[in-house]
Amino acid sequence: MHKPEPDKFKIPVGPQHPALKEPEGFSVALKGEKIMGLEIRLGYNHRGIEKACEERTYIQDLYLIERVCGICSHSHSTCFVQAVEEIAAVEVPKRALYIRTLIGELERVHSHLLWLGVAGHEIGFDTLLMYAWRDREIVMDLLALITGNRVNYGMNTIGGVRRDISKEQAEEVLKGINILEERTKYYIEIATQETTIIKRLSGVGIISHEDALKLDAVGPTARASGVNRDVRYNDPYAAYGEITFNVITDTHNDVYGRTLVRVKELMESYQIIRQCLKKIPDGPILTKVPRKIPIGEATSRYEAPRGEDVHYVKSNGSEKPERVKIRAPTLANIQAVKHMLKDRFLADMPIVIAAIDPCFSCTDRSVSLENPGDRNKEIMTWHALRTYSIEWYKKQGIDFTELNNNLKNKLERR
Amino acid sequence: MRPGKMIKEVLRSIIKKPATNLYPAEELAMPHNFRGKLIFHPEKCVGCKLCMKDCPTGAITINKVGEKQFQAVIDLGKCIYCAQCVDSCLKKALETTKNVELAQLDANKLKVTFSGESKTGIENKTP
Amino acid sequence: MIKALFSILIFPGFLFVSVFGLFAEFFDRKIYARLQNRVGPPWFQTFADFIKLLAKEDIVPCEANPRMFGLAPIFALASVITVFLYIPLWKTETLFSFNGDIIMVLYLLTVPTLAFFIGGWYSTSLFARIGSVRCVTQLFAYEVPLFMSILAAALLANSWSLVDIVIFYTRHPLYCLFNLIGFGISLIALLGKLEKTPFDIPEAETEIVAGAFTEYSGRLLAILRLTIDIEMVVGSALLVAVFFPFGLTLAPITGFVVFMAEIMFVIALLSLLRTVVARLRIDQMINFCWKYMVPLAIFQLLLNLTLKRILM
Repeated sequence: MHKPEPDKFKIPVGPQHPALKEPEGFSVALKGEKIMGLEIRLGYNHRGIEKACEERTYIQDLYLIERVCGICSHSHSTCFVQAVEEIAAVEVPKRALYIRTLIGELERVHSHLLWLGVAGHEIGFDTLLMYAWRDREIVMDLLALITGNRVNYGMNTIGGVRRDISKEQAEEVLKGINILEERTKYYIEIATQETTIIKRLSGVGIISHEDALKLDAVGPTARASGVNRDVRYNDPYAAYGEITFNVITDTHNDVYGRTLVRVKELMESYQIIRQCLKKIPDGPILTKVPRKIPIGEATSRYEAPRGEDVHYVKSNGSEKPERVKIRAPTLANIQAVKHMLKDRFLADMPIVIAAIDPCFSCTDRSVSLENPGDRNKEIMTWHALRTYSIEWYKKQGIDFTELNNNLKNKLERR
Repeated sequence: MRPGKMIKEVLRSIIKKPATNLYPAEELAMPHNFRGKLIFHPEKCVGCKLCMKDCPTGAITINKVGEKQFQAVIDLGKCIYCAQCVDSCLKKALETTKNVELAQLDANKLKVTFSGESKTGIENKTP
Repeated sequence: MIKALFSILIFPGFLFVSVFGLFAEFFDRKIYARLQNRVGPPWFQTFADFIKLLAKEDIVPCEANPRMFGLAPIFALASVITVFLYIPLWKTETLFSFNGDIIMVLYLLTVPTLAFFIGGWYSTSLFARIGSVRCVTQLFAYEVPLFMSILAAALLANSWSLVDIVIFYTRHPLYCLFNLIGFGISLIALLGKLEKTPFDIPEAETEIVAGAFTEYSGRLLAILRLTIDIEMVVGSALLVAVFFPFGLTLAPITGFVVFMAEIMFVIALLSLLRTVVARLRIDQMINFCWKYMVPLAIFQLLLNLTLKRILM
């Protein structure tokens, strides 16, 4: 017979487990129902996307990058396209930027509604799952109406977007948004009043403001801990600079707070979509970009529904990129999970993992470390890297010198 | 806090029509610009092979069959229905349709050849 | 003798209760689906599932104790079917009724939970072990209020025999109103016994896969699922018999139909309850049972004792 340790029980949650929709390994040490330790093992779904990008042209990469994530496919492709456009120094037409913003927000709506359903399922509230996903169909249909498909919209291309949005479509979108707004108000009511939901969510998976900063949490996970950080607001891309919206934060620090942030962000998204449709200028949707992208490199940031998504593209002047690096938001949040599950119950595990809205397959990248002695020149010290980044931003027109001095003074005064 | 907050909504559903789509018993309407199965118009093709170059999965092959005559072989198993080829084609020789029911038991039948006569393409026979 | 065999094997025993149990599962799932604005399964779905499971291979884990692993589901099934024989279905009498059978019924209803525990424990799977421990932990929480509220009704009827309780409440139908709190409590406790949301903690899918049933497959799983279905019918029938046993004094067929309808009503209530709540954590569940349900059940007991003094 199997003989476990006398007082500790180690159970595998994943790589195949009903709580996880994707393969990921969590080894949980239990004492009774209490979690004593957690080991996270990433990398079950490494697909070699970054390497594959290097072997394809920029246009082919668009569709590959879009498939990094099934839920936030527009986020990844926009992020990539922004980086390439920066290297090629292309002026993207205003109308295209607005359409990108619109699709991005519709995507956020569908992603957050999806999350709401998943969260309901993880706490055994299947009715919430069914209703949230039924209503999600409205936004899926809108996305299909505009882009042609429910997922992997194929909207972005280098220099603009591929499809225009007509008057009728805009009206349909507004109609759908109105229904969704009503429904979202209802879900806010449910989330804040239903006893069993509050019982299961509040006080679970706590991560304090300091820890959220220290562990580098991003997106709604960080915002629920009071970290006022949103790329859309702090470093506006696409048309966000011309749109007014609030960054939703919460101070609950727990899964309940994350739920509130997400449902309230839905309401913000509806406002953004309405503004987009109102302000959208006429004009072309595409600037022609040569197939060969000039030599250069760029990083691009995008606020995906799950948090900050970072793409780095390096071009060598050919039709194919030299290097593409993707940092999916889940990678930033996964470290926080371990922290959140400290001294919690096994029953909290699924919802705490789900609360960062994980997208494990998007996260998996492989890094091989070569012997540092061999290629000393390639490795930068922390200080050198910092100086380099300051110089780099200076070239972009952003000067950090003053900010750094302020910070230094502040630290010294302490 | 109120336990059973959803009870009103839930009870209302009893008399409502279910939201389930009864596919395949009822047909699904596709959006007008849906990207389904590709079709090829051989008379418009000039053989520039831009579509082949841009296809992310290498699903499309253009073969020269005669003087200014081309045929396209599309592997529907490889195609990811992004319609980049439709965008790339300068002569609009490629077009998307709303056809989604493309499942086949035989992988060979997924390869579809478009040449002179046929509009919808000919499925490859099992060798 | 033949009459006894007939009632054990065919009606209302094994065959009838199995078919009725599977139908009840379909009914429960259909109601659940319609409440969630879905279509739900077709009527033959549960039967098809059952037959499919019977045709599948039985896999017993190497490290499991094959005897206990195999026997547990059969014990569970046998005990729930036995309970059904003691519940009056179409007239105010049963085959083996005796004074005190309500106690036996309640204890027989506990056997499946213990059998699940044993089956889960001896299958040695990690998930099954956690599930089976949760099974038993939960048992101590819901069983007390369930017993108290059912026995409170029995106290008012002044009998430990189900048949006598049924006769009492059909004679004095208004007395049922006194037991409303008890009915509510036993309905919620029954959710715990049947391991349905919010008390589906022992088989919480997203936490411990299928709990005690994780390693079961094939025929044994079919038996386990049948057991749960029959448990649902039996539990509901018990509640109907104790709290509102109307219609049993009518003509046998009408009485039977009315009784079945009442059972269906209780099952529908159970479905509704499990639709509108989330799953609780085991500590919250135990807190809830001891903090709210037990005091209410004690209140019901005291109420019935006082009423008995006044009314009789």
